[in-house]
Amino acid sequence: MLISLSAFFLVAGAVFFLAGTLGLLRFPDVYTRLHALTKADNLGLGLMVLGLMLQAESLAAAGKLLFIWLLLLAASATAGQLVASWAQGKGIAPWRR
Amino acid sequence: MASLNLLPLAIDLVLALTLLWLAWRALSSPDLFRAVVLFIALGLVLGLVWVRLDAVDIALAEIALGAGVTGALLLAALAKLQSAEAETADASTEQEGDWQGCSQALAEPDAKSKPTLTASATMDATGSAMPIALRILLALLLLVPLAGLGWVVWQLWLPAPGLTDLVAARLEASGVAHPVTAVLLNFRGYDTLLELAVLLLALLGVWSLSSAPHLGDEEQEPALAALSRLLAPLMILVAAYLVWVGAHAPGGAFQAGSVLGAAGVLLRLSGWRVPPRATGWPLRLVLVLGVVVFACMGLVVMAFGQPLLGYPPGWAKPALLAIELAATLSIGAILAALFIGGRP
Repeated sequence: MLISLSAFFLVAGAVFFLAGTLGLLRFPDVYTRLHALTKADNLGLGLMVLGLMLQAESLAAAGKLLFIWLLLLAASATAGQLVASWAQGKGIAPWRR
Repeated sequence: MASLNLLPLAIDLVLALTLLWLAWRALSSPDLFRAVVLFIALGLVLGLVWVRLDAVDIALAEIALGAGVTGALLLAALAKLQSAEAETADASTEQEGDWQGCSQALAEPDAKSKPTLTASATMDATGSAMPIALRILLALLLLVPLAGLGWVVWQLWLPAPGLTDLVAARLEASGVAHPVTAVLLNFRGYDTLLELAVLLLALLGVWSLSSAPHLGDEEQEPALAALSRLLAPLMILVAAYLVWVGAHAPGGAFQAGSVLGAAGVLLRLSGWRVPPRATGWPLRLVLVLGVVVFACMGLVVMAFGQPLLGYPPGWAKPALLAIELAATLSIGAILAALFIGGRP
């Protein structure tokens, strides 16, 4: 039961990663690509961490996994902000249909 | 069962192919920035490969030093290269031209040969420079040494357990419980001491080339400043943990030092500066601390009838801990100073 729940979260995480990568490759400009990376991948990693936490040997290991996700959230949000503000400083206009 | 056995093989195969592809792309990319980013990706994948080979120590070192710190150094060098090129384009005959010419000469194999290389490659594509038969001949000629090398490696006699048994037998006396740390700091202490000295020499080389770039009040990113305020204390904690855990599990001075160095890089990028009163002898003391403590420990034991770097039984653990702490501080400071580049 626990294993199948864990597998479900892991596969769901992989789907989000796939969607994020697809967005990175196919979206038209830097801002939309950032959207794909920072949103989809963070959620994908969150789901994967959840799946792995269910299989963790101890509470401490589960806590470390959760901590890794929180750190990545902070780092990726900051990196996204930095890239976007650099692009705006360069005068790159957001894509319009 | 067969499918369960195939899965690790498939993962290994994908990792190996990705590694080769990234290495080829990093080498062949005409755009230097792209090459650096590919190099960082290569380091991360290489770290995964080391994990698959059960070499977690090397994986940590590869990701922290090979991908992280080296990547940051390459990006910093690239930024300097571009600004130097822009300046030499403006005015080439100035006092500073001396130094820039030097850096350009150093950069020559990277920056200048790449465009000419791609230029000749495009000429090849049109078929005007080199006939196709000659290119095939060259490729065949190159295959001969490749096949020879492959054959030699294939024929190498590898003793199955290597030195593992020897290390395991002496582990008790080394003062630590993790074989990798025992080898690095005790059994092969020379190597590690000289590695520290090489790092210090590299920094001396950088310092003797130029003084640190003057940094005014640049516009600072509030998000980056907030992140570094959050991360810097955490990174110091992680570095301390890595030193401590190195005694019985993967970790140690180089990994911990690179985390400290990364904290320095992050603080630098977010606008923090070393206060001027600390850039004199305090900074230099921290830089040489690792080599000095290591060498002194190695010499002091000679007074007790031990060989150089041969710690007497019972004293190995505190001696190694002192060396690791000093080395961590020095490695962190040296790596951050290399990133800043130039004498303060």
